Amino acid sequence: MALLEIKNLQVRVEEREILHGLTLTIDAGKVHAIMGPNGSGKSTLSHVIAGKPGYEVTGGEILFKGEDLLAMAPDERAAKGVFLAFQYPVEIPGVATMTFLRTALNAQRKARGEEEYSTPDFLKKVREISKQLSIPQDMLKRGVNVGFSGGEKKRNEVLQMALFQPSLCILDEMDSGLDIDALRIAADGVNALRSPERSMIVITHYQRLLNYIVPDVVHVMSKGRVVKSGGKELALELEASGYAQFEDAA
Amino acid sequence: MNVALVKNDSGPAASSAFAAAQGRLPGAGKVAEIRREAFAAFERTGLPHRRIEEWKYTDLRALVREVLPLAGAPEAAALAKAKAAIASVAIEGAAKLVLVDGVVATDLSDLAALPAGVTVRTLRAVLDEQSNEARGDLLLTKASDPMLSLNAALATDGVVVTVADGAQLSAPLHLIHVATAAKAARYSRSHVKVGQGARATLVETSVAADGAAAYQANDTAVIWVGDGAQLSHIRLMRDAADAVNISSELFTVGAKSKLSLFNMTSGGAVSRLQAFFTLAGEASELIVNGVNLLRDKQHGDMTLVVDHAVPGCTSRENFRAVLDDRAHSVFQGRIIVRQDAQQTDGKMMTRALLLSDEAEADSKPELEIFADDVSCGHGATAGALDDSLLFYLRARGLPEKQAQALLIQAFVGEAIEAIEDDGLRERVIAAAQDWLEARA
Ligand SMILES: Nc1ncnc2c1ncn2[C@@H]1O[C@H](COP(=O)(O)OP(=O)(O)O)[C@@H](O)[C@H]1O
Ligand SMILES: [Mg+2]
Repeated sequence: MALLEIKNLQVRVEEREILHGLTLTIDAGKVHAIMGPNGSGKSTLSHVIAGKPGYEVTGGEILFKGEDLLAMAPDERAAKGVFLAFQYPVEIPGVATMTFLRTALNAQRKARGEEEYSTPDFLKKVREISKQLSIPQDMLKRGVNVGFSGGEKKRNEVLQMALFQPSLCILDEMDSGLDIDALRIAADGVNALRSPERSMIVITHYQRLLNYIVPDVVHVMSKGRVVKSGGKELALELEASGYAQFEDAA
Repeated sequence: MNVALVKNDSGPAASSAFAAAQGRLPGAGKVAEIRREAFAAFERTGLPHRRIEEWKYTDLRALVREVLPLAGAPEAAALAKAKAAIASVAIEGAAKLVLVDGVVATDLSDLAALPAGVTVRTLRAVLDEQSNEARGDLLLTKASDPMLSLNAALATDGVVVTVADGAQLSAPLHLIHVATAAKAARYSRSHVKVGQGARATLVETSVAADGAAAYQANDTAVIWVGDGAQLSHIRLMRDAADAVNISSELFTVGAKSKLSLFNMTSGGAVSRLQAFFTLAGEASELIVNGVNLLRDKQHGDMTLVVDHAVPGCTSRENFRAVLDDRAHSVFQGRIIVRQDAQQTDGKMMTRALLLSDEAEADSKPELEIFADDVSCGHGATAGALDDSLLFYLRARGLPEKQAQALLIQAFVGEAIEAIEDDGLRERVIAAAQDWLEARA
């Protein structure tokens, strides 16, 4: 069954159309990779799914679990299970990571009509997850992402993913700026979250990441459209032949 | 500028208020003479207005219009209301010094249970002490300012506090101003002397009792921090929404001492804290942090004058304003470095967060430097909440208002974190939280 259905999506940014009728279906429990050259609209797509302001949807629709996603505020989408791991997670000075995590988790639970976590339960959960991701406790006392290295920021995104347990994870260029060790830790964290209840969209420019997070399905994006879809071998094909063939086709 | 020729609309109201107050003002003879001179000084300008440089952004003639008559001495009903108001701001363990409509309320204060090393008298008692040659000094200050003069003319009461040399106070002294009056003015004047090597915390709260409305508060504090002493002074201004609060504080700081002032204003239609600091002893440290949380048409002003009179002192001023609706915040910071005050390190930073297009923030930093070996600087920013931070929080499930609240708390936290005492810092955070929760 499809978790996310994007039909003929057209999106403008500042009067310029970036996505020109993009169609994509994400299956429940599957890991989909979206590959494409810089500027093909991958981040734009991820932002529109998450509900970032500044994008004008001029056509098409997005259904998430059969519901009109575009009609929801970003926080509603999060509560329904959409999670975007940002390519460049922002730093939020003055908001302690722990405070942020608890506020966010409880806001999502409240929106779903679930009971808020008690402090001990919450702390236990965060400790468990951060241990798995080798995130030191003192990092959690600092402001959100403040003074974190690139790898630490990405790990913090994975930590949130593990804490919020979303049904759709979108990872935008998770490998950018990471060395192999950092990449491996982050990818292990992501892999641990693979489950039949959770779908993932792994966005990447390079094939390298897909060695660590092996996708079920690969899509190629070019100039604001999905131009080809296939199995994981498509990624290797692209590695060998490059994106040029699709640039022409698009 | 010949201000004497400016037609002063507040004149008749002020002079009748002064005339009517005579029977209530302590201190005959020499003190009365000082009051008359102070009132004459006030009358030369009347309510300060925009053509007086220091009041350029806070034009009281336009904002306040007139000087209200002196509030009556609080009676039993007023004291009962004040008692309820105090309960909402009281600090566990702190010795309360309560002024109701500018008059010391002995029964509501902890005068009989002061910490060791602390003595408190009322200003009224000291001014009435005919044998005390120096009593008139209590109404004199080095700084001159129309509202300070008006305060000297009309001060009805206040506390005169001394903290003995070497005394280490473990709990704060809590000066609480309660307004119970409607359409009346109060004038209080307090003195605090922190002795050599002593350590103290002075919390000052201004609140309105049930029924208090449209009052004018004019409170002055004259504070000395002795050599090697440490004073943390925290002010929480929570006046009624239609009140006016003009507070003046004058500090003299000795050598190797540390003074930390924190002010948060969230109440009042028009408010100003003008604080004058003289760093009179070497190697001292001054830390000033301020927060204005304003909405509707509130006007809040923090004006600081720091005078580095001797070498080797450090001063840090850090101000944050959060402005909603049509609120207006003013920060003025003047740092004076005298010729002898080498190795002065003086910095100020002011930042305003504008939650509405109609809110306004003014800042006026001034450096007057007469020494050559100094490090001084200032910075100012004003802007809206960062959209990318807001989106990050919303993408994690925080509804818009909650996301804003978290960022606003972080913003004011940059000033609040300067409060060292955990309990008091939490209190101030909670007060800021109250303000945020009242946002529609
Ligand atoms: N905020 C923006 N304003 C203007 N153009 C934008 C904005 N965001 C993205 N674009 C443009 O949209 C196109 C797609 O960008 P993006 O989605 O970031 O691509 P990708 O993530 O695939 O590299 C690029 O040409 C980019 O310049
Ligand atoms: Mg991108």
